[in-house]
Amino acid sequence: MRLGFNFWLGATLTALVILAGVLAHWIAPFDPVLDADLMNSELPPDATFWFGTDAQGRDVYTRILYGAQISLTVGIVSQVINSLIGITLGMTAGYWGGWWDDLVNGLTNVMLAIPSLIFALAVMAVLGPGLPSLLIALGLTNWSWTCRIARSSTLSLKSQGYVQAAQTLGYGDLRIMFTQILPNMMGPILVMATLGMGSAVLSEAALVFPGLAIFLSVLGFNLLGAGLRDSLDPHMRTRKP
Amino acid sequence: MTAPLLDIRDLRLGVAAGRTVTHPLLKGVSFQIMPGEAYGLVGESGSGKSVTSLAVMGLLKKPLAVSGGEILFKGQNLLSLPKREMRRLRGNRITMIFQEPMTALNPLSTVGRQIAEMFVLHQGKSWDEAHKLAVEALANVRVPNPERRAKNLPHPMSGGLRQRVMIAMALACNPDLLIADEPTTALDVTVQAEVLRLIKELCAARGTAVLFISHDLGVIASICQRVGVMYGGCLVEENETRALFDNPRHDYTRGLLGALPRLGSRSEHGRQRLVDIDSIIADRSKLTETRFIAPRVVEGGQL
Repeated sequence: MRLGFNFWLGATLTALVILAGVLAHWIAPFDPVLDADLMNSELPPDATFWFGTDAQGRDVYTRILYGAQISLTVGIVSQVINSLIGITLGMTAGYWGGWWDDLVNGLTNVMLAIPSLIFALAVMAVLGPGLPSLLIALGLTNWSWTCRIARSSTLSLKSQGYVQAAQTLGYGDLRIMFTQILPNMMGPILVMATLGMGSAVLSEAALVFPGLAIFLSVLGFNLLGAGLRDSLDPHMRTRKP
Repeated sequence: MTAPLLDIRDLRLGVAAGRTVTHPLLKGVSFQIMPGEAYGLVGESGSGKSVTSLAVMGLLKKPLAVSGGEILFKGQNLLSLPKREMRRLRGNRITMIFQEPMTALNPLSTVGRQIAEMFVLHQGKSWDEAHKLAVEALANVRVPNPERRAKNLPHPMSGGLRQRVMIAMALACNPDLLIADEPTTALDVTVQAEVLRLIKELCAARGTAVLFISHDLGVIASICQRVGVMYGGCLVEENETRALFDNPRHDYTRGLLGALPRLGSRSEHGRQRLVDIDSIIADRSKLTETRFIAPRVVEGGQL
C-alpha cells in the first residue's frame, strides 16, 4: 500500500502528540497542578519555564504535555463510541429499511436538531464532572453525522452488483453487512471519524480546559484521515509500472 | 420419467400495495426444468424473465411480491420455506450469475478469498483448505495462472475474467441449479463464446441444470435443450430448441425469430426485410387473457 505525504505528516504529528502524552510523566519538568507557585505567576519563557507560566504560576510546557493525554483520550475514545453507535444504527437502518429505518432517521434528526455542545453540557450536568462523564457526553452526542453517512453509503452499496451477488450466494444479512458493505464504506467513515476526533478535542477544550496540544492533535488527526482515505482506495494501490 | 428439479406452477406476482397486487407482472407462469437440463427463457425487456428468476431465488424486493402459485425445488415449495433454510439453499444448491461482471465482485477483497468464502460458508471448510479449493476452482474455469490470480483484487481483471470468477463462485459447491441472467450480454463476442462454452461444459460435467435467461436467441440456441418464450408476464410458447426455431407456433415467437438477421437468407427481391416488432412495451394492465398481443402491430407482411 502506498501512503501519501498527507498520511505521513498526519501520522508524525499524531505520533508526536501520543508520545508527548505517554511520556508526559517522565519528560515534564514540573507537576502540572502541584507546582503552582504564585511567585512565578505569568513569567515569560526562559530556561526554566520553556513556554513561560500561567496566572497560577504553573509551567505551561508541562501543562501542554499533560494536556495531550487528555486531548488524545477524549478524541479517540469519544470518537470510537460515536463511530460504533453511528455505524451500527446507520448500516442496519440502511440495509433493513422499514420501521427501523424510520426510527433511526427520526432519532438522527432529533440529535442533529440539538446543538451538540449544549447536549454534551446537559449530559455532563447529569453525570457530574470528570473524564469518564466527559467521554460519555461527547460519545453520545456526535454520532448523528456518522450515522447519516453510514446509512446513505449502505443505501448506495446495497444496489451494487456484489451485494446482490452475495445475497444469491447465500450470505446472511450480518455477513453481508460486515464483509461487503462495511469495508466498502470505510473511506468516508474513517474521514468522518478523524474529523470527529478533531472536533471532539475542540469540544473538550470548550468543556474543560484549553491546551496547545489540541492544535497539533486536531491537525494530525485530519491529515491522518485524508492520507488513509487515499490509500484505502484500491484504485490507487496498483499504480506502479 | 424422472421428477423435475424445478417445477414452477402457475406463478403469479406483481407490485403489492398492502394485501392486494395492483400491477400483475407474472400471470400464471408454469414450466419445469429436469435435472441437468439447460432451459432457456427468452423475451423482451420487461417480459418477466428476471423477475421469475428472482422469485426462484427468494430475493424479490419490495414492493414486488408473489401472489400465487408454487415453486417446487426437488419437491419442496420454496415459497413456504423459512428464510434460514432458503439462505442455506442459495449459493449452495441454487446459484446465480449476473449480467454485469464488472460490479459483481467485492472490490476490496481478493478473488481467491471471495471464492474461498463459498467453501467456508456452505461446506464448513477451514480457510486454508478453502483457499486451496479456490485456486482449483479458478483453474477449472480456465483462468491462467490461478495461484497468482487468486491473490488479485477484482479491479485489474477484464470483464471476461471476472465473469469466470463469478462462475467459479457460483459452481463452487456443485449446485443443482444455476440461474444465468444474461451472463454474456456485457461481454465481447469472442469472450462471450468462451464463457458460454465454459458454462455449458462445466454444468454438463457436474450435472448442474441451467436456467438461462437471455434476449439473444442465438445464445439460447447454442446452449439450451428447451426454450420458453415470455411475453407480457406469460409464458407464451415452450418447445425443444430446434422445434421452436423450425416451427414457431405463437405470433410473438414468429415475430421474434423474424427480427433476427440470417446469414445468406434472401427473398425473391434480392433482400429480405426484417420483421419489425413495435418496440413499445405493452401496458400490462391493458392486455386481456384472450387478446394480449393485440395492442402491438407486427409489420413486414409475413404474419
